[in-house]
Amino acid sequence: MKRMGPRLLSEQPRPAQTPRRGPVSNPVRFFSYNSGRLGHRGREEAPNSLRSLSLSFHFVVVSRNWDWVSKMLARLAASRFLEIRQVFRQPSRSFSTALNYHLDSPDNKPDLPWEFSAANKEKVKEILSHYPSNYKQSAVIPLLDLAQQQHGGWLPVSAMNAVAKIIEVAPIRVYEVATFYSMFNRSKVGKYHLLVCGTTPCMIRGSREIEDALLKHLGVKRNEVTKDGLFSVGEMECMGCCVNAPMITVADYSNGSEGYTYNYYEDVTPKRVVEIVELLRKGEKLPPGTQNPGRIKSGPEGGNTTLLSEPKPPPCRDLDAC
Amino acid sequence: MGLGLLASKALKPTASRLLSSQNPRSLLFLSRTVTSTPELQKPEQAAQAQPEPTPDLPPRTPLAGARVHFPNPDDAIEVFVDGYPVKIPKGMTVLQACEVAGVDIPRFCYHSRLSIAGNCRMCLVEVEKSPKPVASCAMPALPGMKIKTDTPIAKKAREGVMEFLLMNHPLDCPICDQGGECDLQDQSMAFGSDRGRFTEMKRSVVDKNLGPLVKTVMTRCIQCTRCVRFATEVAGVQDLGMLGRGSGEEIGTYVEKLMTSELSGNVIDICPVGALTSKPFAFKARNWELKGTETIDVTDAVGSNIRIDSRGPEVMRIIPRLNEDINEEWISDKTRFCYDGLKRQRLNDPMIRGADGRFKPVSWRDALAVVAEIAHQVKPEEIVGVAGQLSDAESMMALKDFLNKLGSNNVWCEKNGMFHDADLRSGYLMNTSISDLEKADVFLLVGTQPRVEAAMVNARIRKTVRATHAKVGYIGPPADFNYDHEHLGTGPQTLKEIAEGRHSFSSALSNAKNPVIIVGAGLFNRKDKDAIFSAVEAIAKSAKAVRPDWNGLNVLLLSAGQAAALDLGLVPESENCLESAKFVYLMGADDVNLENIPKDAFVVYQGHHGDQGVYRANVVLPAAAFSEKEGTYENTEGCTQQTVPAVPTVGDARDDWKIIRALSEVAGVRLPYDTLTAIRSRIKTVAPNLLHVDEREPATFSTSLKPQSNQELSSEPFGTAIENFYMTDSITRASKIMAQCSALLLKK
Repeated sequence: MKRMGPRLLSEQPRPAQTPRRGPVSNPVRFFSYNSGRLGHRGREEAPNSLRSLSLSFHFVVVSRNWDWVSKMLARLAASRFLEIRQVFRQPSRSFSTALNYHLDSPDNKPDLPWEFSAANKEKVKEILSHYPSNYKQSAVIPLLDLAQQQHGGWLPVSAMNAVAKIIEVAPIRVYEVATFYSMFNRSKVGKYHLLVCGTTPCMIRGSREIEDALLKHLGVKRNEVTKDGLFSVGEMECMGCCVNAPMITVADYSNGSEGYTYNYYEDVTPKRVVEIVELLRKGEKLPPGTQNPGRIKSGPEGGNTTLLSEPKPPPCRDLDAC
Repeated sequence: MGLGLLASKALKPTASRLLSSQNPRSLLFLSRTVTSTPELQKPEQAAQAQPEPTPDLPPRTPLAGARVHFPNPDDAIEVFVDGYPVKIPKGMTVLQACEVAGVDIPRFCYHSRLSIAGNCRMCLVEVEKSPKPVASCAMPALPGMKIKTDTPIAKKAREGVMEFLLMNHPLDCPICDQGGECDLQDQSMAFGSDRGRFTEMKRSVVDKNLGPLVKTVMTRCIQCTRCVRFATEVAGVQDLGMLGRGSGEEIGTYVEKLMTSELSGNVIDICPVGALTSKPFAFKARNWELKGTETIDVTDAVGSNIRIDSRGPEVMRIIPRLNEDINEEWISDKTRFCYDGLKRQRLNDPMIRGADGRFKPVSWRDALAVVAEIAHQVKPEEIVGVAGQLSDAESMMALKDFLNKLGSNNVWCEKNGMFHDADLRSGYLMNTSISDLEKADVFLLVGTQPRVEAAMVNARIRKTVRATHAKVGYIGPPADFNYDHEHLGTGPQTLKEIAEGRHSFSSALSNAKNPVIIVGAGLFNRKDKDAIFSAVEAIAKSAKAVRPDWNGLNVLLLSAGQAAALDLGLVPESENCLESAKFVYLMGADDVNLENIPKDAFVVYQGHHGDQGVYRANVVLPAAAFSEKEGTYENTEGCTQQTVPAVPTVGDARDDWKIIRALSEVAGVRLPYDTLTAIRSRIKTVAPNLLHVDEREPATFSTSLKPQSNQELSSEPFGTAIENFYMTDSITRASKIMAQCSALLLKK
């Protein structure tokens, strides 16, 4: 269950398995110190598991009725438990895109020129025509999407500036939107951006294994692009395909905004995702939807099991009765 | 503050219940419940059990001078706050209704001068018949609404919100500069729980570089978005934004960008936590060590109300004071951060320049004797006195009286230049008044860049433009504006076109209901100033800007001493007196044309800073700065205000008027006043309005009484009056922070 998600730079990297101090590394010393202080030396064996630690803690509390002792012990034990919990805890947060601020890089700088292609300029006009002229800023999301498709799946800061100029708002208003939505990638992605659904139903059906298989096969980390620039793997939230879980989405940026597709591949297995990757690499089109040959769309495997007869008409009020 | 009161109110019942609890031990024993009071665990039941509040409560006073203004008496509605009925105008929010009723609702994101965000949820109250607690800052009050602010539901809601806010807030209060004046600290004491359930790691956020004035510790941020709204709405710089989402949310600029606003310091005040603090003040002092002195600012002509916080003899910081008519609750960065200039380059001792060209410290007696002797050696018409831009009315009165007694009347205040028209006050004041600028619908700015000349006036204009989409036309060199404006032209030619109705803007002016014309005081120094003023008056006449109910013809002054100087009649007798002077008395004047002073003239510099004037001076007399003396100042709209000494003077320095009074005695022309009261009664005979402190005295006669000038307009375009916003006078020029600002923010 090791999660390799990107971290905020400032988040302290925490070694996952290293015990800190005290109770875990040397529970005996920890307990004897306490029992000695309480005058219970030798009454119990030094426990070497957390379970017996908690049992003995109960015993001490019940047998003695000193308020301060129990209070102190309760607090102490509680804090120790918390520490132990912390040690075994994985970094609990993952973010879809790494940073909420921009760092200049050779391919992502505010002073790089960027503008919509001639074909997309027409689309921009079309998109803007959907909104009243005094509410141009409503077009921010469709325009960012278009810019992302045009720019190979991600938004450099200069593209956001270009959008801001079109909708006549301050650039920061566009940055706010682009950082809010995880579907806008602000760092480079592959031509095929594979998004593994990580939400509960898919996770229960094995999305972790799917992701691991993809990462292992491609030899990258999450949100990293393969050396040939073809693939990148990311995580996303529920896309509503839970009935066919687990699923991945392939955002295909290989043909610019004209040939842009965004397909779901459902009922995938670790084996199947690798096949999908290889098919994509060959440039083959493969049918989206369920990858289980025994299913039709989201129907049950092997044909219907219910609703086999003609459906009954809906219950209706007996009009003659009144 | 009402908060402390509320805190005791909130804590008292809890404490008494805890004491009366049957089994206190079991309560402590059961360990980690979060709610501290038993009935809070079932707030609904407790709410039912509570008796109805009695209707005959004593009347309460509105909080913090909350004013209730009924634009239309028919729109008044009545709501009940904790059973107490209050009448409020329609459209007020529940929170405002509570304020009128004298109940302080805790809040973080709500700020009366900013738009409503409603995202901190701290202001939750219970409203009868509402299924959930209501965010009072965003909820309009409805007639007959029964608002309950002190019920278990409201308390539990606040406790819960506070727990969430503290979840990711670091526990670094001991090293936080906001400690002691932190809203989060106060409100968590008053409304929070004594423990939290959060056991995860706290998040951390990368600090942003907002420039030399604002220090950021973004981990402390609670995302109230006050700073974002301030920057967007008041300061008019769309740099800050809310980036990311959920727990990764942070305030930032996304791309590396400094906050280049002349009002950026105000985000320090509005930040309810220690996320945005003052960089120059960082780790310098705790707020409870500081002595606050309520005084006024002199770095520009607005006269912003400030509080000088000092510790011992040192000014530690300057923060704004509320004055609805002048600066609301903002101040400019120059006002806020000029204070380190008060500690640098100060003149300590009287000094005389020796034959070797070096200054030698002498005693007051010797210095005054030398000055008095020279003053008697020259002819009276060769004596010139120039008051500095920071001079107070008392010292200018003394200077004028002293020079008059010596037989000269060549005395003026430096920024006024050779401005002769001190006859009509309406000719040099902001007649509309700063607060009434909000009623204007068209502005015409003539040769003035209010953003650098008077940042608070500019903030008012921006407020008006935002609220009513007022039109702004500007004549002058290309300048920075933080609101929509029309650049009409660069010089008097455009002015002439508008005056003659040939310009497209003149129709906008004549169609306006309340037009405002603002003329910059930088034009005082132009040769064709009379022609400019008569052109402006012609525009005002055709636009009906001066009416009995509205006076839209304004002059925006540049410095604190100007208005009082003109009120006291500090007008030079002859235009070329400086060139022919033999004895020049510079009272803090650094911005006069020092190179025009003849080489053989004897120059006395009386002032507090070793600035430009000192280089030319023969004798230096050290004086007190505005933070060290009691002085009267009149701001650009004609409002008289007084400074109050916050710190002792430096070294052997004395108040300006006292020095002149002593000098007059040594020179044998003794001035007849020995006390501040006496000199003020002398002022009363000249300009009685200078004694009506904190009152705005409007001009009585309009400028139409002035004789028509037959000067020709020159074609020379208008110049900029202030090149560098951050360095305009001797204090700000000595300030290191201001130097950093001009280097980083203006790239100068």
